[in-house]
Amino acid sequence: MTQYFKNVWLGLWTVLVGMKITFRHLWEPNVTVQYPKEQYPIPSNARNRLQLDTTLCNGCNSCARACPVNCITVETMRVVPDDPEQPMIADGSKRKLWVPVYDIDFAKCCFCSLCTTVCPTFAIKHTTEFEYSVYDRNDLFYHFTDMSPEKIKVKQQMLDEYLAKEKAAKEAAAAKKAAEEKAKAEAVSVKVTEEPAQPEETKE
Amino acid sequence: METTNFIYNLINNDIVAMVIIGAMPLVFLLGYALLAILGELKISAWIQERLGPMRTGPWGILQPIAEVVKLLQKEDITPDSANKPLYNLAPFIIFTGAYASYAVIPFSSHFVPAGINLGLFFIFAVGSIATIGIVMGGWASSNKYSLIGAMRSVSQIVSYEIPGAMVILSIAVMASSLNMQTINHQQGGWFWNWYLFGGPGTLSKLWVIPFTLGLCLIYMIASLAETNRIPFDIPEGESELVAGYHTEYSGMKFAMFFFAEYANMFVVAAVMTTVFLGGWNSPFGSFLNGPFWGAFWFIGKAFFIVYLQIWLRWTLPRLRVDQLMFVGWKVLLPFSLICFLAISFFRMLN
Repeated sequence: MTQYFKNVWLGLWTVLVGMKITFRHLWEPNVTVQYPKEQYPIPSNARNRLQLDTTLCNGCNSCARACPVNCITVETMRVVPDDPEQPMIADGSKRKLWVPVYDIDFAKCCFCSLCTTVCPTFAIKHTTEFEYSVYDRNDLFYHFTDMSPEKIKVKQQMLDEYLAKEKAAKEAAAAKKAAEEKAKAEAVSVKVTEEPAQPEETKE
Repeated sequence: METTNFIYNLINNDIVAMVIIGAMPLVFLLGYALLAILGELKISAWIQERLGPMRTGPWGILQPIAEVVKLLQKEDITPDSANKPLYNLAPFIIFTGAYASYAVIPFSSHFVPAGINLGLFFIFAVGSIATIGIVMGGWASSNKYSLIGAMRSVSQIVSYEIPGAMVILSIAVMASSLNMQTINHQQGGWFWNWYLFGGPGTLSKLWVIPFTLGLCLIYMIASLAETNRIPFDIPEGESELVAGYHTEYSGMKFAMFFFAEYANMFVVAAVMTTVFLGGWNSPFGSFLNGPFWGAFWFIGKAFFIVYLQIWLRWTLPRLRVDQLMFVGWKVLLPFSLICFLAISFFRMLN
């Protein structure tokens, strides 16, 4: 019987204790952050969306090779030596490669930060931007190159011309060499009894 | 009738006056339900240190309206295997039962929709209609969870109406009346004349105060169970029964259940206000007393009780079925009987 009264009393008393606790919490400041309007600061070393600084990228392709999920696509194009622009990379060195295609597929990206680690010029970096949801998956392909299609066409043409010129020069050189060798061979055949011919440089 | 209702005095046409009187509680009820839904959302949020709805209107105050509009737009689904007449009738019966109680609630000294002499008895009588609606809805849904919820609800209401009725009976003994207006008139003056504090009387009433306080507590607990509120919400325990007897309901029919629950909350709060908290009397003698202020005090006190119910909801966990029955039959009923006997004895002495 005493246990019964004890239980009844305990039941009432604990309800009052609970009500006191909830009443105190009623006046406590709210912890809600109204997210789109306000948000917690993101640490500066957060690994969110990647950003490429095209003026720094030298097109070395290290990032694409380091990427574990193959989300980076880099296509490069040689800079011809007599380019009228004489492009420079922002760190002061001479640009050797144009980067007409630099695509990152953020649908695949796993934010592992390997690409930023291997980048020799610190061109690719993580930003704190994480709100980039889209309705179409294709919108997650980010094209980072700063070259316009016209510029790419011009540079491609320059490169083609240069390569053609180079090829022609090479062919000419090869033809010349062949002619020389032919002459030499003829000379050798003349004095065949004499010492054998020196091995020729065949490179280039 | 004319003495209790100012609208009969304002309007000579009895029919028009009746229509207006019948509509007034409904208008009040709709406004109150919106307020109570918002209060529920906001208080629950604040207790959990959240903000609650913030986007619909300034500080989210339009949220209940948005929810009602949403419910109006929703598809009204009737399950194939449901018993259609009963299924469609149940929400209306429940709401009718809840709304009928408003007929005798004394909002002010000059306004009771129907000032009948058996007010308290009437409330208990029509309050039971809701039980029929719940059983109807639960059974007609042909869903095992609905049926279990309905059965639990009935067993709960039956168990808790008895202590509740004992409390009302005790106060009826004390006031020698079941007319809610008469009970209110008796509690006039300062707040120590409320039946919560033993009612009007001399210092000899001191020894009866613990019993009236206990009665008030018992009625509070019983009323929570009658309105299926936490901690007695086992008929609609989400973790066990999806949503209990209204699992299958959608759209406006669900809204009827929802409104009925809030309407019932106000009814029990109004009964408690009337019989324990002095009804429309000002707590401070003649300070701010009068017909208009009476409505203010009455609604203010009732809202405080509703706030208590919401507060308790976010404090306590749900009881188990056997615990519920234990509290109802083995705790509340004996205690209410003891209080009833003590009060009858007190009444005999005076």
